[in-house]
Amino acid sequence: MKSAVILFPGTNRERDMVAALKKVTDIEPVIVWHAETTLPGGLDLIVLPGGFSYGDYLRAGAISARSPIMRDVIRRAEAGVPVLGVCNGFQALCEAGLLPGVLMRNASLKFVCREVKLEIVNAETAFTHLYRPGQIIRCPVAHHDGNYFADKATLDRLEAENRVVFRYGQGTNPNGSQRDIAGIINAAGNVLGMMPHPEDLTDPLLGGIDGLALFESIATPAREKAA
Amino acid sequence: MKARIIVTLKQGVLDPQGQAIEGALAALGFYGVGSVRQGKIIDIELSDRTDAEARLTAMCEKLLANTVIEDYRVEMVD
Repeated sequence: MKSAVILFPGTNRERDMVAALKKVTDIEPVIVWHAETTLPGGLDLIVLPGGFSYGDYLRAGAISARSPIMRDVIRRAEAGVPVLGVCNGFQALCEAGLLPGVLMRNASLKFVCREVKLEIVNAETAFTHLYRPGQIIRCPVAHHDGNYFADKATLDRLEAENRVVFRYGQGTNPNGSQRDIAGIINAAGNVLGMMPHPEDLTDPLLGGIDGLALFESIATPAREKAA
Repeated sequence: MKARIIVTLKQGVLDPQGQAIEGALAALGFYGVGSVRQGKIIDIELSDRTDAEARLTAMCEKLLANTVIEDYRVEMVD
C-alpha cells in the first residue's frame, strides 16, 4: 500500500501515523509538506494526521484546509483515492469541504485526553470492514475541538445514508458531539474523518491493538490489487 | 481603505465560551445579563478599492467564516 501523510506546520502526530501504517505495509509512507502542490502518483491512501496545524488559528483546521497541497488532496479524493483524517485531520477535511459539518470547541471547554469506548456503527466501509458491526473498541482521544456540529438535515442524512461510521459508546461522549458522532464518511465512501486516534492502539506495547483493524482494512484491497 | 469583518455564531449554535463568560459576569456580581455570545473581529486593510465589497465577501465565504456555524458582516471603516 502506497501512502502519503500530509505535514502542516503544527502537525505533531505524523510519526504515530507512519508507525501504524508501517505495520500494515512494506512500503515506507511518504511525508508530504503542506507547501507542495502535487502528491506522489499511484497513492492508495492519503492521511491528514493529528496535531495543531497553524496553532488552531481562526478555526481548527481552517488554514491548513486552504494550503497548497490541499488542492491536490481534494482532486485525488474526488478521483476516489481513500483519504483518512484523524483529529486535526478530521477538522481540516470538514474545513476543506470534503466532509460535512464542523468540529467546534468541546462543550466542556476543556482539552480532553483519555480513552473512550468507540462503537463501529458502519463496518462495511473501506476503513472498517475488518471490524464487526456494533463492535465496541477502546480508542484514545486527545483534542480541544472535537464537538461535531451540523444542521439537523445534515445529521439526518448522514444517519439515513449510514455515514456515521463511529459513535462514542454510551456515556463516553467526551466533547458534546451531536448524536455522539465520533467519525463520518463522505457519500462516495472514500473520505473518512474521525476524532479518536486509532493509530495509537496498534501495538500491544501501546496497551492494545484495537485500532489496527482500521489500517488492515485499508491495506487489504491494496494488497489484493498488488497480488 | 479599512474594513472590519464581524464573525458571530449563528443563532441556535451552542456557544460554551459565551456561557462561561456569562457565568463569570454573574460571579462578579453583574446583574441583568440575559445571555452572552462570543464572536471575532478581523480588521483588514485593503490597498486597492476595486470591488472591495465583493472581494471581502468572497474572503468571508472562503476562509474567514465557516458558514455552517457562523454569520458574518462586512463593515467599511473608511
